[in-house]
Amino acid sequence: MTSYQSILISVVITYLCLNLFIGLLISRRQSHGATSRGFVNDYYIGGRSMGGLVLAMTLIATFTSASSFIGGPGIAAAKGLAWVYLAMIQVPTAFIILAILGKKFALISRKTGAVTVTDFLRARYRSKAVVLISSLCLVLFFLAQMMSQFIGGAVLFQTITGLDYVYGLLLFGVVVILYTSIGGFKAVVTTDTIQGLVMVLGSIILLATIVYQAGGFESLTTRLHVVTPNYADITAGGTISKSWLMSFWVLVGVGVLGLPQTAVRGMGFTDTKALHAAIIYGTIVIGFLMLVMHISGVFAPAVIDMETLKSTDYLIPTIVTRYMNPVVAGLFIAAPLAAVMSTVSSLLILASAAIIKDLYLNYLVSEEKRHEKKFTQKLPAVSRLTTAFLGILVILFAITPPDLIVWINLFAMGGLECAFFAPIIFGLYWRRANATGAILSIIGGIGSYLTIQYSSWTLSGTHTIVPSMIIAVVSFVVGSWLSKPPEKEVEELFFGE
Amino acid sequence: MQQLSEKEKNRQISREAITSVLLYFAFFLWWYFTGYGIAESGTPETYTYIFGLPMWFFLSCIVGYVLFCVASIFVVRLVFKNFDLGSEVEE
Repeated sequence: MTSYQSILISVVITYLCLNLFIGLLISRRQSHGATSRGFVNDYYIGGRSMGGLVLAMTLIATFTSASSFIGGPGIAAAKGLAWVYLAMIQVPTAFIILAILGKKFALISRKTGAVTVTDFLRARYRSKAVVLISSLCLVLFFLAQMMSQFIGGAVLFQTITGLDYVYGLLLFGVVVILYTSIGGFKAVVTTDTIQGLVMVLGSIILLATIVYQAGGFESLTTRLHVVTPNYADITAGGTISKSWLMSFWVLVGVGVLGLPQTAVRGMGFTDTKALHAAIIYGTIVIGFLMLVMHISGVFAPAVIDMETLKSTDYLIPTIVTRYMNPVVAGLFIAAPLAAVMSTVSSLLILASAAIIKDLYLNYLVSEEKRHEKKFTQKLPAVSRLTTAFLGILVILFAITPPDLIVWINLFAMGGLECAFFAPIIFGLYWRRANATGAILSIIGGIGSYLTIQYSSWTLSGTHTIVPSMIIAVVSFVVGSWLSKPPEKEVEELFFGE
Repeated sequence: MQQLSEKEKNRQISREAITSVLLYFAFFLWWYFTGYGIAESGTPETYTYIFGLPMWFFLSCIVGYVLFCVASIFVVRLVFKNFDLGSEVEE
């Protein structure tokens, strides 16, 4: 191992240890309630104690994944400013999620004791089918997404450090699993906050390195005109159609309202002041990250000959090893690893909640048993083991990816959005919404997403998400109209009149 | 903090939601018309450049981002209200 490698790796390991330490510290400080409700509330939603900064950062860190730090800038280098234009669709995303879901979820989850999105669906639709289908979808899609995050991080680690793929994977995989399974939601959001700040720092390091190496901003843009003449073209030389680009207003825009991992954060903040602060911080930080990371990609061809790269995924690792001194490189690598870890930890705790809270406690444990002392004492260990088990499963998947999981991952994000968007939004804002609508929408949404993905049909050149989301929404409305309105008590509970 | 009844809280939430959707839509229009609107009326050779970035990009992505941050601060200050979120249900 060269001294460059060893310095770089020690910086990364220090950073990982810091995360682990903070995650474990949080778990020691958590007050564990004596009842099963007390523990579940602490472990799965952190006792609803998030402040503004933590809420904003965990939201951003969760949906900023490996792709924003590795794949995204690489594609931006090939496609030019059109790709940044696409990424900037996410500027108002944090705002709309928190503004639409925040207060409504906060009120209802306190009234019903909900700690997961499925808890909310259960209280709203009172249907076993809705709970079963939605928790199963969630666990399957999340396993696939976690696997692809781990693979992304481990490949990056291997490319930069030269160490074997499996070492990198085990290194940060074990750290994430430990702090998530022991510390629960609170450890997840606290480490997310640090990881979010590291991402901001990493993006600044990257942009500054590129501009400095190019000899200043002016010579950089002059050089861009020569090496990538298409960089200012909004169609990227005719390779990005307008209808396809506009589809991202659904996929990374309004559709994100249907992602359980972002929606659940609406149940975890402490008061309206925290929410208001988070809306502002979240908006500023998400736009900054998207702009800086992707524009760095566009600028990169000024300092790197793109022809020499095996694929655009190698862009970021090449810049790091060629232009950054090992300490800076270590700090920078912490950022994409942070993106991976923060996404995985959030999915992991929710997948565990789906199994323990939504399935096990709801349907496999009787009401009397839930209050027995013996049971409540055992619950923390059972929950932590479930989280750890899921994490280990994902590591095994990442070492030898099973075809089925690779296939599921192809439509995980779109599938989750199609499944949950209508049941969440209509459930919160439309009195008439009922279980028939929800079931039809989940099945119709995922079903059409799969079918359309595998046919060559497109709705005038748009991404599959657009027609499937339309089908999901229409099925919801039609299904609700054709069946009985929800019970009076449900309406009172959710709409207060 | 204001004391609001359950009904008033829900009204307030709806008002905030409608305002947010309008602001979201306003950003969409800005992004679309400064982006595609300007870019499609010329070619990379005829674009006006600011700091080496084409005008369409500068307005839609950089100015648009700054404007949206400012607008969200105003909306939160002027439209959003603080109220009690209620207490956790007893088992």
